[in-house]
Formats: sequence, structure tokens, C-alpha cells
Amino acid sequence: MFPILKKRVLNPTVTYMEILAPRVAKKAQPGQFIMLRIDENGERIPLTIAGYDREEGTVTIIFQKVGYTTYSLDGLEEGDSLLDFVGPLGRASDFDGMRKVAVVGGGLGVAIAYPQAKALHDLGAEVDFIVGFRNKDLIILEEEFSAACSDLTIMTDDGSNGRKGFVTTALQEKLEAGAEYDAVIAIGPLMMMKAVCELTREKKIPTIVSMNSVMVDGTGMCGCCRLTVGGETKFACVDGPDFDGHQVDFDEAMARSRMYFDEEQLSMEKHACQLGGKKQ
Amino acid sequence: MSNMSPNKNPMPEQAPDVRNKNFSEVALGYSPEMAMDEAKRCLNCKNKPCVSGCPVNVRIPEFVALVAEGKFAEAAAVVKSTNNLPAICGRVCPQENQCERQCVRGKKGEPVAIGRLERFVADYVMEHGEQAAEVSAANGHKVAVVGSGPAGLSCAGDLAKRGYAVTVFEALHTPGGVLVYGIPEFRLPKALVRKEIATVENLGVEILTNTVIGKSITLDELLEEEGFEAVFVASGAGLPNFQKIPGENLLGVYSANEFLTRINLMKAYDFPQHATPIKVGRVAAVIGGGNVAMDAARCAKRMGAETVYIVYRRSDAELPARAEEVHHAKEEGILFRLLTNPTQIIGDEQGRVKAMEVVEMELGEPDASGRRRPVKKPGSEYTLDVDTVIIAIGNSPNPLIKATTPGLECQCWGGIVADEETGKTSREAVYAGGDAVTGAATVILAMGAGKKAAAAIHEYIQNKEK
Ligand SMILES: Cc1cc2nc3c(=O)[nH]c(=O)nc-3n(C[C@H](O)[C@H](O)[C@H](O)COP(=O)(O)OP(=O)(O)OC[C@H]3O[C@@H](n4cnc5c(N)ncnc54)[C@H](O)[C@@H]3O)c2cc1C
Ligand code: SF4
Ligand code: FES
Repeated sequence: MFPILKKRVLNPTVTYMEILAPRVAKKAQPGQFIMLRIDENGERIPLTIAGYDREEGTVTIIFQKVGYTTYSLDGLEEGDSLLDFVGPLGRASDFDGMRKVAVVGGGLGVAIAYPQAKALHDLGAEVDFIVGFRNKDLIILEEEFSAACSDLTIMTDDGSNGRKGFVTTALQEKLEAGAEYDAVIAIGPLMMMKAVCELTREKKIPTIVSMNSVMVDGTGMCGCCRLTVGGETKFACVDGPDFDGHQVDFDEAMARSRMYFDEEQLSMEKHACQLGGKKQ
Repeated sequence: MSNMSPNKNPMPEQAPDVRNKNFSEVALGYSPEMAMDEAKRCLNCKNKPCVSGCPVNVRIPEFVALVAEGKFAEAAAVVKSTNNLPAICGRVCPQENQCERQCVRGKKGEPVAIGRLERFVADYVMEHGEQAAEVSAANGHKVAVVGSGPAGLSCAGDLAKRGYAVTVFEALHTPGGVLVYGIPEFRLPKALVRKEIATVENLGVEILTNTVIGKSITLDELLEEEGFEAVFVASGAGLPNFQKIPGENLLGVYSANEFLTRINLMKAYDFPQHATPIKVGRVAAVIGGGNVAMDAARCAKRMGAETVYIVYRRSDAELPARAEEVHHAKEEGILFRLLTNPTQIIGDEQGRVKAMEVVEMELGEPDASGRRRPVKKPGSEYTLDVDTVIIAIGNSPNPLIKATTPGLECQCWGGIVADEETGKTSREAVYAGGDAVTGAATVILAMGAGKKAAAAIHEYIQNKEK
């Protein structure tokens, strides 16, 4: 069992947790992920490692409530435990030769982009961190973000914080203003990563994306997480999750991510009636 | 007096059109009367041809004679003295190629139903209780085992009996390897696998799940930092092979591993009570002809597919699956498209499978494996309307341990190089066996490899002491 030591609700949809998992904490690197299962009937889901403390033996996860498992996870409190927690899985990010970088995070990718920005910043790289939220009430971890980069840009879809637009808008402005990046790291919804890659492709800026495929085992055993990169089939869980964004077949990845859309609806209905049941 | 009937006592089974809609076990097992009657068919041959056919040399005539006398617990003890997991082997061994193939009774009529009897005695003691196996006093030596499939479990069990402190590291959340994630409930009930594993744990073996060797901890760290004196690598062959034809990444194409893992390990047949979903359409095609393909096809049928094809490039005679599985699959209404190979999978606008193009094959000259090589019949392509495709054309060893263990020699296809008799690898103190060495094979061969390695590790540690 893996106890939840700390829980913080960052905004109505995003939650932060520290889990006691010393073996995972000991080996974790930015870019890697864990697979967890809440209980005996649960699904295995991948979550990016958002931070770790090797001494305390804790691993931080930050997740957005998007489906049945993340809603159930959010229902747990400090002192509760997760049944299964395995990692670190996947390859660690490779930051070699990156002296000036734009790290772009959108949607649930914001939290995942944070450890990357922080790692690069700690390595001495100049980091432009661009993050996007739907509105200003959803902005999270602003302090942590500022501390992890040289320049923080926060965009909102509705402009409620004064900076209206998508993260790509901000990136484009920076590029037009003459920013020269060794690399761009884009993490977030597939649409957003695809849009970033389209921007950087013409300018030939190496762009790394983090592929959040549907996974079952996370160890290379099922092939569920496969995607096409440069015409070849790769497994996101072992060959990634980081890939050269200019080589990724995003249209295929978007189709594959919708595989279980109907089932997810069904699970959510079950979740809703369980919650309803508890109240009575 | 021997029973001279030329036929085995038939196995009581769920009727085909009932069982193809549920996940309960197909074969129900012999009654004590049936078992005793069947055991009386054994001639107790002096030269014991059957024993030589068994990879772990179960003392077959001896245990069968005890069954004939109604001494079931004693019979089970004889089996268990060489086979740690008899309730499993009795159900999944390809007996027709092993013990039963050598049986003298098989020359005229059917061989003695050795597998069914093995299952019977194992189930009998599971239900009625049995004496705990003898365990030597702790000898103070630590051995690590990577993987909790049949190879790892049998090695761990044997070492524990010799007094070693054994820790098994398992990547998944449940121990058992293919026995829990691959082979379906209706063929090998998971409650039974849990009980067999519990008997291994009762010998003192510790199983640590959720630990991926090469990621959570490396093999070298086990030896250098965690105080293990030897490691047995039994990580299986879990990497799914794909056919490399167009359309394989369409929605509705699964590797058999994914399909079976969702259903068996994650219990997707019980969705949404169990949270893992699976989608099985109306018409499914399973590519391949082994046990994995039969299991996938029979699962697809049970999950509600109206039509399920097995698409296999060779003929009936070459189907590598156990005879019983092929027979059961046909009874359950699985359609066999033999001498047929897929050429591409065709999708609709949303990227979902809507058809598969296949081509007819014929058997040409024998290839390196001695089997006749299938060759395309030019111009014989046609399409099957399917919405689900399951690829069951084999698995290779996962490259993770090889990639993270310097100096561990491997074959080009990924198998770990290990001595057949001892499991010794190119690295000192590192042994390997089971599917990780041979590529996908059988439960009993994996168990045999685990036993041999346990003996070799014992010898290695004893000699080191001197
Ligand atoms: C669907 C299916 C049906 C089959 N049917 C039959 C049958 O009827 N009869 C028969 O005899 N054989 C059958 N087989 C084959 C048989 O199951 C295998 O040959 C046998 O299980 C191999 O045993 P093993 O111990 O070598 O490996 P596995 O059973 O594969 O076990 C390996 C274990 O190691 C774990 N592991 C892998 N890498 C790591 C790591 N880095 N760190 C920690 N743990 C790790 C895996 O998670 C797994 O649990 C079937 C196989 C499949 C897939
Ligand atoms: S273990 Fe397999 S081969 Fe050996 S006796 Fe039992 S069924 Fe036959
Ligand atoms: S999640 Fe199973 S292979 Fe990647």
C-alpha cells in the first residue's frame, strides 16, 4: 500500500498529492511517469512524476479530474492509501545541449511541464515558461512556476488575467520577437502539441513532446500505447514518453486517444451514482 | 484388474453454447469414481515411457497407481515432489506432446488421461487440505528472482525448500505472469492460481509486486546493494510482436497481450464494476494459431462478438495450440480460416477498423523449423468484414533487463543466453530461464528451467562458501 501523505486542491479541477513510495522516489527523473491503481477493481492509469523527495521517499503527482479514476483519486484524503504505485517508468527527458528553451504547457500538461522547466532551470538553462489556462481562477502554482524559469508567461483562453490567447500565441510572439531556442518542449493536449510543432517546424527548432497515450501496463507488454513516430511504431511507455514532435503522427494519436470515449462516459455515470448513493 | 477401455473417461464440461457466453471454467474435473476408473487404465509399465515425456519427470505410474487405490492425498504428494504447480499443469500442459504422447495405451486407442488425473489430485488436496511441504532450516543466504511466472515461482519454491530467503520481484500488481494476465479464467481459474501461489509463499517466499527490475531497481543493485547472492531472471516473453502490415494502429486492433490483459488481469468482462474497459465489436478476427490465439478468440466470443475468425497461415495439422483448445474453440463456434494470411487492415474515416484484406496460402518446401513454409497464392486476395482485429503471432522477451544489465549476453532476437542445464548466463551469479531464454514456450518448460536453476544456484552458493 502507498499512503497519501499530503493533498492540496490546486483549483476546482486539479489536485496535488504526495505519495510515500521510497523505491520510486529513489530513482525518479524528470520526464518519467508512474502507473497507479486505487483499489482492487481499479484501472491502471499513468501519471507523470511532478516531483520527488528522495530523502522523504515521496513522489508528487498532480492530476486533473478528467475521468472515472482521476475523480475517484480526488476523493481520497491524506492518510488513505493507493493499492498499487509502480515506477519510475519511461525514459527520463534528455536535456543535453539545451541552453535556451521554451517550455510550453497547456491544459493538464501545465503541471507536467513544471518539473521539466524546473530541471532545466536548475541545470542553468534559460527557460521561457509559457502556460495556459481557461480563465484566471484556474491558474495554479504561479509561485512555483516563476521560481522555475527566467520568464513566465501565463495565457488565459478568455483573457481574464489580461493575457488572452493560446500558448501558441505567446510562443509565436516570442519567436517573432527574435527568441532563439535550442529546443521547445511542449506538454499538453494533443491538439496543442500539434499546434506548437507546426509553429516550430518551419523554423526548424527541435521540439520535444510528451505523449500521454492510453496505457495498460506501462512496461512495454501490451502495445496499447503505440504511436507512429517517423513512420515507425513506438511504444510511448518504454520508447517515450518524450518524442521528437516533428516526427509524431498526431492525427493517428488523436484517433487512438478517443478509443474508450463511450466507456469513459459509462464509468462516469457509475461514479455519479456512487456519489449520489453516499449522500443518502 | 486393469480397465481395458480404449478411450479416456470423458471430461465433464459445460455445454459449448452455454460456456461461450460465460467466463466460468469449461472443464469441470473428474469425480473420484471417474479418476479411479481412469487410473485403472494405466498398465504400470516398467520402463515408464510417460515419465521421460514430462519435462519435470513427474513419477506418473506411481501417482496413478495411488489414484487407482483411492489414495488421493498420497498421489498428490508424489506429484508435488517434482511439480510445484500441478493444478495448473494438469490444466494447461500440452499433454498430447509430452507424457500422454509416450503412453503405451496410446498406441491402440487413447492414452491414459494423465493431465486430467494430475489436475484431479491437485484439486483434491486443495479442497481437502494437505500436509505442508518440508522446509529446511533457514541457511542465511538471499536469492532474488525476477518475474513471478511459472519459471520464477518454481525456482523460488525450490530454493525456499532448501532454506534460502527468496524475494520475487514482479513488475505487475499481481503475481503469476502469463497465468494471470494471459490465460483466461475459463481455462485456468484465477482463484486456483492464487492458491498455488500461496503454497509457494507459505514456503517463506516473499513476493514484491509493483517492482520493475531495470527501472525501480537494477539487477546490479540487487547484487551489490541489496545483498542478494544470486539472481534468477524469469521475466518471460512479454513483448508483443506485430505483423507490420498497413492499418495496425487503427482503433479496434489489439495485440493479444493487450486484449487478454484487459480481460483477464483487469477483468474488463466485468466493466464497469471493474474500471478497465474493452471494446469488442460484432466481428473479430484473431491472427495466429497458438494457445494465445485460441484464448483471444474464445474471449472475444464470450465478450459478445457474433462472429470470430481464427486466421492462420498454415493448415490444421500445424496449429501450435494444444489439441484440446482447438477442439474447444471449434465447439464454441470459432470459424477457422486456415492457409490464410492478412495483408492489410482497412479503416473508416474515424480511424476504426472496418475490414481486413487477406490472401490465401499454400504450403511449400519445409523451412528451417522443418515445417512447410506457407506461400501466397497470387491473386487470391479477398476482404473479411471485421471490426476487431487481435494480433496473436507471438511475443518476444522484453528488452528492459538486457538494456539495463551490462555484460548480460542475449540472442539477436532478445532471448537471454543461458546454459540449458543450469540456467547460467554470461554474468556471474546471474541465472535465467523460462520464456525469457527460450522465447514463448510452455508453462512446464518454464517450470523445469526454474527447477534446474534452483539446483544450480544452490550448488553455486554452497561452493562459494567453501
Ligand atoms: C495467452 C497465453 C496462453 C498460453 N497457454 C498455454 C498453455 O495452455 N499451456 C502452456 O504450457 N503454455 C501456455 N502459454 C505459454 C506459457 O504461459 C509461458 O510459456 C509461461 O508462462 C512462461 O513462464 P515464465 O515464467 O518464463 O514467464 P511469464 O509467465 O511470462 O512470467 C514473467 C513475469 O515476469 C514479469 N516481469 C517481466 N519483466 C520484469 C521486470 N523487468 N521486473 C520484474 N518483473 C518482470 C512479468 O510481469 C511476468 O509476471 C500461454 C501463453 C499465453 C500468453
Ligand atoms: S507436468 Fe505435464 S507433462 Fe508432466 S505429467 Fe503433468 S501433464 Fe504430463
Ligand atoms: S502501456 Fe502497455 S506497452 Fe505501453
